[in-house]
Amino acid sequence: MKWLTTTLGSSIGKKLLMAVTGLSFIGFLAGHLAGNLTIYGGADAFNGYAEHLHALGPFLAVAEFGLLGLFVIHVLVGLVLFWQNFKARPVRYAVNRSPGGKTIGSASMPYTGILILLFILFHLSNFSRFFVDQSGTTIYQIVSQAFQSPVYVGLYVLAMLVVGLHVSHGFWSLFQTIGLNHPKYMPAITVVGLVVSVVFALGFGFLPIYIAFIA
Amino acid sequence: MSTDTINITLKVWRQKNAADKGRFETIPVSGVDSHMSFLEMLDTVNEKLILEGKDPIAFDNDCREGICGTCGCVVDGIPHGPNKAMTLCQLHMRKFDEGDVIAVEPWRSRAFKVLKDLMVDRGAFDRIIQSGGYVSVNTGSAPDANALPIPMAVAEKAMDAAACIGCGACVAACPNASAMLFVSAKVSQLALLPQGRPEAAERALKMVATMDREGFGNCSNHRSCEAACPKEISIVNIARLNREFFKAGVLSEPI
Repeated sequence: MKWLTTTLGSSIGKKLLMAVTGLSFIGFLAGHLAGNLTIYGGADAFNGYAEHLHALGPFLAVAEFGLLGLFVIHVLVGLVLFWQNFKARPVRYAVNRSPGGKTIGSASMPYTGILILLFILFHLSNFSRFFVDQSGTTIYQIVSQAFQSPVYVGLYVLAMLVVGLHVSHGFWSLFQTIGLNHPKYMPAITVVGLVVSVVFALGFGFLPIYIAFIA
Repeated sequence: MSTDTINITLKVWRQKNAADKGRFETIPVSGVDSHMSFLEMLDTVNEKLILEGKDPIAFDNDCREGICGTCGCVVDGIPHGPNKAMTLCQLHMRKFDEGDVIAVEPWRSRAFKVLKDLMVDRGAFDRIIQSGGYVSVNTGSAPDANALPIPMAVAEKAMDAAACIGCGACVAACPNASAMLFVSAKVSQLALLPQGRPEAAERALKMVATMDREGFGNCSNHRSCEAACPKEISIVNIARLNREFFKAGVLSEPI
């Protein structure tokens, strides 16, 4: 099994771990967003979605633990890469100018990542059945209660913009890392990446505003 | 086009040796002929420094026509200066204006030790190439033309990768000081051609292992390398290196 640890432990292998876990988070976010859109169907639709989800029982637990595992890998490997990259240039440049290529998204990747980690902890502490007693109330009530606070609405909207920024670099970047950079497909992947990041930022970001001011 | 002579101020990195901490020295340079190359400008500065009995600025250079890969330093924050697809020796002083303050720094990377002033030790690149090993090419009389059919497009792609002159600008430009563009060019130029296939797996594994050992950073797809590369090597090569590396890691027989 030495080949596996050598391959995954190398610089390219660590990037592969980031890419594959990142891709699964994009899948997760797509599912999460699709579920959340039931909010527009009203309280019953949203509560119904939550009930169906909980009715999955053991499957849900497996999915949750799987997600947690992927998350731990993404965060730990990301921090290792961040640290190694920081150490790779002990003396920094006095004048820093980009020759091109670098974007706000790519430059802020470790920082947006850490912000998203903090947000997820905050988000779970707000809504998760592991941290919030959900007996005698519905998830819709918990959510609409939370978004009575303009601070919560602001935090959630900001966090979703950060997620959009993270995905704007992460999406095309993960395909590049996996080795799928081809003149035929890369232009499409880049466009899809931008669309996905905007859809995530607006799709998730508008929900708190809708609940607080419209619903 | 600016005037024929300009006055500039150099803020140049001075460092006695690898152990020295180093600092910036401000050198006003008057009457710079704007048709000189950047290195010729440094030559005139050095002539003056020598006449004054001072230590001249050490900088690497050789062919001065943009093909050898020896020269290069970071000018105003950009490796090889502001020109696209050009080495430092091809940068001319007409690119600068009267009164400009120009910061000149060596390549910055843990893997490239500064030897003196603007000179860095790029031995790490040599060791990566050495670890890549050999290609199986028969000696003796020249083979028949087209004995190995290679499509034009493939030959061109291999040649695009082989255009890498190993100057190190990719490492200098990378926010993570990663050498992935260099290694990807060296792996690609051989992996694309049938002559390079027999050792392709071993080459990818060993070159990446050496790259990691030398202390370069990890690629995070900023694409700064591609933008700074004087030979415009594309990051498509990095994707190819990743493919070659995964394929070798998963499928190759243990050596």
